[in-house]
Order: sequence, then C-alpha cells, then structure tokens
Amino acid sequence: MSEFLETILEGRKSQPHQLIEVLHDIQQEKGYISRKSGGTISRELGVPLIEVYRVANFYKAFSLEPRGKHIITLCSGTACHVRGANPLLNQAMGLLDVEEGEATEDGLFTVESVHCIGTCALAPVVVLNGVYHPHMTPAKLRALIKKVRRAEEESAHA
Amino acid sequence: MPKIASITDLAALRDRLLSVRSKDAVLITVCGGPGCQATECHNVSAEVRRELDTNGLGEKVRLRVTGCHGFCEQGPIMVIDPANVFYGQVKPADVGEILNRTVIQGEVIDRLLYTDPATKKKVVTEAEIPFYRAQNPTLLSQNRQVDPLSIEDYLAIGGYAGLARVLAGTEPEKVIAEIEASGLRGRGGGGFPTARKWAACRAAHGEEKYVICNADEGDPGAFMDRGILEGNPHAVIEGMLIGAYAIGAEHGYIYVRNEYPIAVVHAREAIRQAMEYGFLGGDILGSGMRFDIDIARGGGAFVCGESTALMASIEGKVGEPRPKDVHTVEHGLWNKPTTLNNVETWANVPSIINNGAAWFSGMGTDSSKGTKILALTGKVRNTGLVEVAFGTTLRTVVEEIGGGASDGKAIKAVQTGGPSGGCLPAYLFDLPVDFDILWEKGSMIGSGGLVVMDEKTCMVDVAKYFLNFLQDESCGKCVPCRIGVDRMLEIVTDITEGRGRPEQIPLLQELGETVAHTALCGLGKTAPNPALSTLRYFSEEYEAHIREASCPAGVCKSLIEYTIDSAHCDGCGACLTSCPQGAIQGEKDRLHTIDREACTKCGICPTVCARNAITVQ
Repeated sequence: MSEFLETILEGRKSQPHQLIEVLHDIQQEKGYISRKSGGTISRELGVPLIEVYRVANFYKAFSLEPRGKHIITLCSGTACHVRGANPLLNQAMGLLDVEEGEATEDGLFTVESVHCIGTCALAPVVVLNGVYHPHMTPAKLRALIKKVRRAEEESAHA
Repeated sequence: MPKIASITDLAALRDRLLSVRSKDAVLITVCGGPGCQATECHNVSAEVRRELDTNGLGEKVRLRVTGCHGFCEQGPIMVIDPANVFYGQVKPADVGEILNRTVIQGEVIDRLLYTDPATKKKVVTEAEIPFYRAQNPTLLSQNRQVDPLSIEDYLAIGGYAGLARVLAGTEPEKVIAEIEASGLRGRGGGGFPTARKWAACRAAHGEEKYVICNADEGDPGAFMDRGILEGNPHAVIEGMLIGAYAIGAEHGYIYVRNEYPIAVVHAREAIRQAMEYGFLGGDILGSGMRFDIDIARGGGAFVCGESTALMASIEGKVGEPRPKDVHTVEHGLWNKPTTLNNVETWANVPSIINNGAAWFSGMGTDSSKGTKILALTGKVRNTGLVEVAFGTTLRTVVEEIGGGASDGKAIKAVQTGGPSGGCLPAYLFDLPVDFDILWEKGSMIGSGGLVVMDEKTCMVDVAKYFLNFLQDESCGKCVPCRIGVDRMLEIVTDITEGRGRPEQIPLLQELGETVAHTALCGLGKTAPNPALSTLRYFSEEYEAHIREASCPAGVCKSLIEYTIDSAHCDGCGACLTSCPQGAIQGEKDRLHTIDREACTKCGICPTVCARNAITVQ
C-alpha cells in the first residue's frame, strides 16, 4: 500500500462507515479515485469492492476518472440559472471543446457544473480551482480561461 | 486554556473577557461571509492588519473578521464601531484612507458610503440602511459580533450561558417543555415541531442515542445554513449540547456539505475549541454530562438532506431514504434513537433558553414562531441573507428589503423553498412568510430560499430547470420519483421545445399529483411542486408555448431566433469573437449576420453587444 493511502487510512481500518470520509481525502489529494485505490480501500475498511464503486459512483463529489489540471466549476443553482448560468456553461464547453465532466485532451481543464455552491447573492458564479469569480459574464469567463492558458504556455516555454 | 470546570468559572471568565474588551476604543469589523470572500475580503482584512501593525494602532483599534452580515451585494463590507459607520465594496487600496480619516480623525468617507437607491442620499450608519431596517436579526446579529474562529468572542456575547443554565439543574423534561412553549419548528423545510421530536426521542427505548445537525444544504438558492455554520459555529454546538442534554444523547454528528469547505474548517475548529474549554468531552462544566461531536462530510447528493438518507450516508452507505413508518427518533442512526435538526433550528435553541420561550413566541404568527433567515436572490436589487420575523409579507422582503427589481423590469414571481417549493405570482406578495400559509398556496417556506423572477424568466423553463435537477438528484429507489419525475420532465421538455400538445397539461397535473401522493420520501413527495405551482399560477405561459409555439419571456431556445438589428449594429466584432460556434459573420465596421444553421442559441452574443443590437424573436 502506498504511503499516501496508509496515512489516510490510519485509525480508520476495519471501519466501514469511514468509507465516504476516506474517499473525500483521496479525491482531494489525487483528484480522482483510481481502480487500485478502490481495491485497497475495500480490503482495509472491510467493504466489498462493488460497494466502494457504488458509493463512489453515487455521490457527485467523487470522480472515477482523472480530471484536468484546472477545474472550472460552474454553479447551476436557481439564482445562477435565472441570472444566466446557461450561456456560461455553453461558453466554457464550446471554447474548450469538451462535455460537462470531461477533461480537455491536453489534460489542462475539466468543466463541471454543481447544483449550488451557496454564493447565490453574487450569481452567476464560476469557481476556478477553488477561487470564486462573482457576477460572471461569458466575456469574463473567456478572458479567465485565456489567462490560465497563457500562463500554462509560458511555463511550458520557460 | 485550562478546562472550565464549573458554571461559576464560566461566569468569571465571561466577566474577565468583558472587562478587557470594554477598553477597545475602535472596532473594525470586516465581513468574511461567503459573498464577501468571493469579492476578496481577505485582502481587505490583511491590509487592515498590516496597517495596524505598521502604524502601531494595534492597541487602540481591534480588527474582527466575522461571518456573513447578509448584505452580500455590497461586499466586501466593513463596519466601524462605535460610530457604526458602514462602508461597502471596500478595496484594499481604501484601507489606509479609512484608518487615517475615519478611525483617527473621525471623518466619514463619502465615496465608500451606501447610497439609498430610493432617495439617492448617502447613508452613514449600518442601522439606517433600508436593507437592514425591516429585518429582525436575532441569529444574524450574532454573526456580526463574533469571529467564528474565536470561542472567546462567543463567550463574550453570552455564549454557553444557555448550556450552563440547563446544567444548573433544569430537568431535561423542563428543557423540552420550554422549547415546546417557544413554538420552535424545524427550519430545514418540514416545519415539524422541534419539542415533539425531542420528547419522542427522549421516551424511546435504548441507552445509546444520537443527535445530528443537518448542514447538507442542498437546495439550490439557499445559503442560510452556510451563513450560520461558517459565521457562528458555537451557537450550533451549544444548541446540540442542550438538545443532547434534553434527549439523553452522548454523541452527535454535524453532516456538512463538502461544497462548503469553510464551514467544514470552522466547525472543526469550533469543536476543537469547545473540547479545549470543556464544553465537549466528559464531565461538562462539572455536571457529569458527556458529549462529543464528529463531522461527516456530505458527498454532494441532494437526497442526503432527507433524514433517513443522511443517516445512511453517515454510516458510509449510499444515501437512499427508507420508509418512515419506523420513526428515526426510535430507530435512526445505526438503528438507535436519533434526533436530527438543521443548522438554523439548533442555532435558535441557546437564545430560547437564554431569553425564555415567551421572547421567542412573541415573534411570528399563530403557527410559525420566531424569525426565519431567507436567502434573497435572483432578479432583485439587494441580494443576500435576510432575517425577518415570521408573518413579514413577501412584499416587504422583496420590495423593501430587496429594493425591488434589479434592472427596472417587472417582477413576476418568487420561487420559495427550493426544489420542494413552488412559484408564487406577484399578486400574492401580501402573503406572510409562514410555514402553513405558503403550503396552502402550493409552495412552502422550505429552508428559506427566495429567488425573485422577472418578466425575462420563463416559468415553464423554471419548471423544467427544477424537474431536471430533481431527476438528476433522484436516488432512484422508488418508482414514482424515478420514473414519474422523468416523465414530467419529458412533457415539460416537449412544451419548451415546441412539441407540446394541449392534452399534456392535464396529464402533467395528474402525474404530479400521483408522485406527490406515492413517492417514498419527503423530497419525492414535494418534487412536483415547482411544476404544479407554475401550472396553477402561470398556465397562460404553458398555453403560449403549446398553442402559439412562442416563449413570452424569450428563453426557450427552440422557440426563439436571434437576429442582428441592422439599425443598431456598428460592426464592432464583439459578438463575432464571442460566438463559440463561429456562427456570426461580418467584416469590421460592417453589419454582422447570424448563420441560423450554425447558431446553437447559446445566448452569449446578446450579453456582449454594447449597442443592444441583437434581439430575441
């Protein structure tokens, strides 16, 4: 077992009810739940592999595929919806040529939508890598994506 | 800090805290709520801290970063006391001037003051701002007085005094009787009488009992629980302690959405501090009571807001509800008697114990007592968290506190109660905020989300939005919700895409009523509300979609076309570069045109046109 998983599982082994907490910790660190770590969790917590898969699949917080380096989360809550969240999602998917939840081919971006992030007063809201961007417009979103791209290109050249 | 061993020690500590604090000359409060964080309030508070350090003002001036004040639209917010000066949309660059002119010289900086949109006059103090004037903040006023990461701030405003009072010799039954007399009902949506739940759980057989705080605020358009748990976590912990004492529980859980990372951090830190001070753990305040709290992070499933699904999730399982003929107060978490209340309900408990049931029941209506925090959002000028006494009319909330429409368009409806609630038309705005009255009108107060909609909001699209959400979030366990909601979505989609037939309206109605009667859990039973309420109050919009194949609000893609008006287009190229499909053609300074074949009607181009030349037909 990797040192990383060993740390996460410390004090939690043989406790099936810790499954969701363990998945959260792996998701947070690695960005997704790999097949291999699923097997380890199953063995160490005493939960059948199919149950690990079922739980990881049921909750939106967990991804079974690797995600892009930069995560663009678009809020699709009611307040964002009535203030124009749809064009934002269209803009992000169109510009990056991906579907929701997919990573771009270069692995740089994943576009996700979440049902509400609880900053409805500032709708529509986009979260890029955990940083909130309030009162978004398609133009502002485009500029934001371009900025990240440029920074990536510069660091690649450097 | 050594543990507080007795009730007398607690009182002595509070006196000491208050005597030290009275010497503070000036207090600068920076709101650190979710809204202000998104507008980078942390840069403002960091700048204040830096300036205080470099100017040596740290002795005389104190900085406090608090939870949400409510007026998110004006973030980052700063209040300077004792003068109560309110500054909105403060930038780090303003901080030096604020310290020089307002803090040291006592002047007011005009440019940072709030302008009352009705009178166009500048308003100096927080208390004079119309947004706050019609409110009755009991919980949110605590938010403004405490740094959520400081248990001493909470102690200084009388924190844990309610716990001390019950531990000083109030019988658990008396605590329950006090809560019953207050009329407190669950703030999570159901509005179930809190005392009845507690009494049943106390009476249930079994040594091991649990209390749970539901902080899985999954309703889109709701963030009051986030505001409290992030802003004043100790009030929630104290409420849970009082509840645990009344019920006879030794262990509690806070089940919190992982989408609220700061709430998780603040709740964890508050639990750590409460352990350190001896409010959690063994022999609490020398009473012999023992209680501890764990945090369980939610996985982003709306259904886990339902009590039995939430309990399954704490057990590490898939969050599926189970039939409630076996009550959770008898067989809940791990099959043990369990009391589950939401964040706002728990946070109300200490105030009720401190101020008495009569104080609480003195606010509100016959059947709904106390105050309710509402998340006021959508097409309204002042958005944010609002706390009003039950009985306040929707009109007061939308027009007085909310300041009316955001951009001069006519307000058409409010959506209350999230996906379980419904849409109420503007002519019903004289209805009071009340559990039972809104339910009779086909909506509900729910957890308190209040989304304002104007003439540019299509009500059929709103119904589709919620059905889509509910279908996506349905756990799939029972047929009425899994298939019924899906069929309802199919019908509404047909209508929004121009394939609607008149006979689908009664079918939609019948399906909705069937799902409401037969679904397994509360969320499934209320799932048809958004569709049924829009059918009830906005049937003419459904008619227009079906009979005239038109969307009056200009929202439904299949029924609209975008056109560039040759009279207004100046060929600036803004729309051309913004179109992700490349569907707009034209040379610089020449009239642009939209290629209908390639256009996906994504709605971006009208938002970028400075001359409003792109129209919807």
